[in-house]
Amino acid sequence: MDNAASPAAASGYADPPRRMGFFTDTSVCIGCKACEVACKEWNGVPDDGFNLLGMSYDNTGGLSANSWRAVAFIEQPAPPKAPDGGAGDLRWLMMSNVCKHCTHAACLDVCPTGALFRTEFSTVVVQEDICNGCGYCIPACPYGVIDQREGDGRAWKCTMCYDRIGDGLTPACAKACPTQSIQYGPLDELRGRAEQRQAKLHEAGETSARLYGNDPGDGVGGDGAFFLLLDEPEVYGLPPDPVVTTRDLPKMWRTAGLAALTMAAAVVAAFVGRSR
Amino acid sequence: MIQGSNMAEAHPVGFQWVVDAKQRGAKVIHVDPRFTRTSALADRYVPIRAGSDIAFLGGIVNHILSRGLDFREYVLAYTNAATIITKDFRDTEDLDGLFSGWDPVAGVYDPASWQYEGHQEDSPSVAEVAAHKEVAGGLRHESHGAPVGRHTQRDETLQDPRCVYQILKRHYSRYTPEMVQEVCGVPPDVFAEVCRAWTENSGRERTTCLVYSVGWTQHSVGVQYIRTGAIIQLLLGNMGRPGGGILALRGHASIQGSTDIPTLFNLLPGYLPMPHHAQHPTLDKWVEGTIHQAQKGFWGSARAYCVSLLKAYWGEKATPDNDFCFGYLPRLTGDHGTYQQTLDMIDGKICGYFLLGQNPAVGSAHGRAQRLGMANLDWLVVRDLYEIESATFWKNGPEIETGEIVTEECRTEVFLLPAAAHVEKEGSFTQTQRMLQWREKALDPPGDCRSELWFFYHLGRLIRQKLAGSTQQRDRPILDLAWEYPTHGPHDEPSAEAVLMEINGYTLPDRQPLSGFSELKDDGSTVCGCWIYSGVFKDGVNQAARRKPGTDQDWVASEWAWAWPMNRRILYNRASADPDGKPWSERKKYVWWDPERNEWTGFDVPDFEKTKPPSYRPPDGATGPAALAGDDPFVMQGDGKGWLYVPSGLIDGPLPTHYEPVESPIRNPLYKQQFNPTRRYYDRPDNPLNPVGSTVFPYVFTTSRLTEHHTAGGMSRTLAYLSELQPAMFIEVSPELAALRGLRPLDWAHVVTTRAVVEARVLVTDRLRPLRVENHAVHQVWLPYHWGYAGLVTGDAANDLLGIALDPNVLIQESKVGTCDVQPGRRPTGRALLAYLADYRRRAGLSEGNQRG
Ligand code: SF4
Ligand code: SF4
Repeated sequence: MDNAASPAAASGYADPPRRMGFFTDTSVCIGCKACEVACKEWNGVPDDGFNLLGMSYDNTGGLSANSWRAVAFIEQPAPPKAPDGGAGDLRWLMMSNVCKHCTHAACLDVCPTGALFRTEFSTVVVQEDICNGCGYCIPACPYGVIDQREGDGRAWKCTMCYDRIGDGLTPACAKACPTQSIQYGPLDELRGRAEQRQAKLHEAGETSARLYGNDPGDGVGGDGAFFLLLDEPEVYGLPPDPVVTTRDLPKMWRTAGLAALTMAAAVVAAFVGRSR
Repeated sequence: MIQGSNMAEAHPVGFQWVVDAKQRGAKVIHVDPRFTRTSALADRYVPIRAGSDIAFLGGIVNHILSRGLDFREYVLAYTNAATIITKDFRDTEDLDGLFSGWDPVAGVYDPASWQYEGHQEDSPSVAEVAAHKEVAGGLRHESHGAPVGRHTQRDETLQDPRCVYQILKRHYSRYTPEMVQEVCGVPPDVFAEVCRAWTENSGRERTTCLVYSVGWTQHSVGVQYIRTGAIIQLLLGNMGRPGGGILALRGHASIQGSTDIPTLFNLLPGYLPMPHHAQHPTLDKWVEGTIHQAQKGFWGSARAYCVSLLKAYWGEKATPDNDFCFGYLPRLTGDHGTYQQTLDMIDGKICGYFLLGQNPAVGSAHGRAQRLGMANLDWLVVRDLYEIESATFWKNGPEIETGEIVTEECRTEVFLLPAAAHVEKEGSFTQTQRMLQWREKALDPPGDCRSELWFFYHLGRLIRQKLAGSTQQRDRPILDLAWEYPTHGPHDEPSAEAVLMEINGYTLPDRQPLSGFSELKDDGSTVCGCWIYSGVFKDGVNQAARRKPGTDQDWVASEWAWAWPMNRRILYNRASADPDGKPWSERKKYVWWDPERNEWTGFDVPDFEKTKPPSYRPPDGATGPAALAGDDPFVMQGDGKGWLYVPSGLIDGPLPTHYEPVESPIRNPLYKQQFNPTRRYYDRPDNPLNPVGSTVFPYVFTTSRLTEHHTAGGMSRTLAYLSELQPAMFIEVSPELAALRGLRPLDWAHVVTTRAVVEARVLVTDRLRPLRVENHAVHQVWLPYHWGYAGLVTGDAANDLLGIALDPNVLIQESKVGTCDVQPGRRPTGRALLAYLADYRRRAGLSEGNQRG
């Protein structure tokens, strides 16, 4: 397996298993949030407080240390009718967001303790017993996924259920999803399936369907967890053109030391300010 | 077609199949007052005024009939379209909203004029109908139609003005697209699109499936909502065929099971009627009451079902000499339905109450009446997973604040007993397809938590112990019960499989399991706890526990679990073949006649006598199954036909007719008759209704569920992972209404009816929109009914807003529509709340003694 297709191989695993990933097809998501609950049940993630947010049916408010799956709800005017009659003048988009398990993962690059590591499945995992709560990874993530838990200090995020997939089990969220909006499998297979699905939707007149994070040529080298969206990424709170914040890091380390990190953080902060 | 159902939210697991079908090209239409997560996935969403569905569906019937779009061969052969009705029948079109036979004193119809020609003599009397209404007799028709005789007069040309087809055509002729717009608020172009989609996707090559849930049932005309759907599906040939049918999605995991093996006051297992003290004085009368002398169809064997049930109850004590202990069965004396009971509690007529898996303090209509009733008992037993509101109303209910219940003075002694959850006990669930699926126990229940089976078995055992030696006649029914079940484990848990075996039935004395209800005998030589479930333990094997994956068998998957009756997956599937027994089309092939082997065959268990050829015609005087012709697919109906028109068995008329809900912002645009004339309403000071067209209560409200919570919240507001997903009671309002009433997102608002005030946080959303009805805007609001005063997240209970008005056929409450006012800010508290409500009632023109305005 060549290193580009397998970040695990690039990280030094000899003959790793196939790269595993998620394809989240938002066009069939029914917003049931079973993925959120299943994730918390399996991973023992605490509740995130009982707050009514008034953001449609989203009372999770995005990914955080205590929510590793978060379903976004977007109520919007429907695009012009598809040829055989659309669903009226209103659309309700739902999308289960998750860690992207990037090919080039900035969080992993900046982690000084080695708590964040690349698994043999090419996923990115924080080891809770090693994480010291330094928090460098948090501004490094171009998606704003990883987060420190209050009162604990350590960084937490989706592990793609590392303790399940090693045993051949499906991650808890994908297992619970009733409509197969969350599909888990070898990434190359998922990419093929996603392209077919997109083509089918285009054929049916759903021209707004697009893939997000599926392109190995993008700023993070493609995501291990990618999506089929029905609108611009920003609508879902996703960055349109994510770039690995540590792209030039080795050079910068040499010349500017720690200052580079601060700058990366500033870049992220500027982006977050724009997209939210 | 999904209407009256929020399938994606309330049945997310089942909805995966809708998503699947959609991906394979099915078009999904959702008709609902509110744009929900179901609408989000539908191809077309149609907003409709709550409570106007019969007008909408009636418009579709009119569309079909006025254009001749019905599936004529199917309709002619398989429905009662050609059947002639008496010449005395008058329609609601003739009598401005009433059918002939209305008896205003009795509050019911004399249905003699509704009968098939020649059957007038068989019509029940007004007194019988009134008694039938008291005890919701219509419920027993779930496994079979109301009794009618076999011989009918027919006009195969469908031209006779007295044939059902022509009556139907006249009845719905005014249900035009314009009328649909006026009543339902649905624009003609959208309506036309639905009509087109439904009719074009039905016929020989295609079928359309109709899904409804409690959005249809919980109305004062709920049964007739479903009837209208049935008329469309019959006219388009969508019954008894793959991909067709009417799917009633149930509210809980085994609600189907709880009507099959009923938790209802008026039924015994398998839809046998609970005996009525006057109508069923003897075993013979009871059996007779379930069948018609000259009835066609399988219901003719009722005596065997009845006797075998009595044998299951009283074992060897049940003998032919004592009418198999028929005298031991309790008798109905009138309406003992849940709402009548609540009012009886308030009136001090009931001493004790058991609540299992039910939380009426917040889960039933008119919460205040529920709580006041429970506060006036000697004792109350609550078995639940948590300390739910029905166990704490005496200290935490809203009446504490208003002073209507005083903790120190509340006389009810409450026993809260911990219950085992579904994964902590074995047993079966029966789902909407009548499929029994066996559930293994995954782990032991914690502490003192026990299964229902354990509770009732040991309760019965202890009561029998206490009564042992009694010479009182009244104790005999309990002492003579066959109450032996094998038990196991440290807590003597009874064997659920032994109970299932008894339900399935076995022979006496050798206890051989039966393979189906056709083996039941009326001489006491068989035992059967529920005749329709007979076969579930065929060959001594728990058929409900079968788990052969769908991928390892054909697409009908008959080896996954077991469906009643006889493991049949689609009822009346004889209709999937044409009258000659050939499939209507290759594409929709399902069950057909094999002329070589001279038998019915196909993918499913044929719902027909296996060797009765399509050409069979019954000889004169035949009864029971032999009276059914070879092309009569609706084998449980007296005449073997699908009923477009119901000549007998319904309280409120042979044809669905649009009536307004008991609380409505408008006058009925179709008839002078405003409401269902036969609706059941408890006219008392503590059950007031908002007057029609009241400017004090100008808005329409409807209530339902969210995916994140379960019913009244006892199983979800107690869990952090679910509570955080929907943490607060809220109300959904349109931007227009928000502007009108000054409601701001996330602020508080309160909703007022004559019964209660409920406060909630505001969610302003385009998913609700005012509808133009009768040329003015009708604003609708929506509330979830999940909240209450116990649990991790608490809030006011939406069910408090409702009054008690019921469907006359089945005594289901109208809880899907009412009128209200909506005001910004929090509600008053304490005594001020009562004054606030009194002021609303006064302004609406209601005073004590004048509840209906
Ligand atoms: S893969 Fe596992 S850890 Fe990641 S979101 Fe899904 S359930 Fe949670
Ligand atoms: S479980 Fe599936 S359908 Fe439900 S919210 Fe998550 S992704 Fe959507």
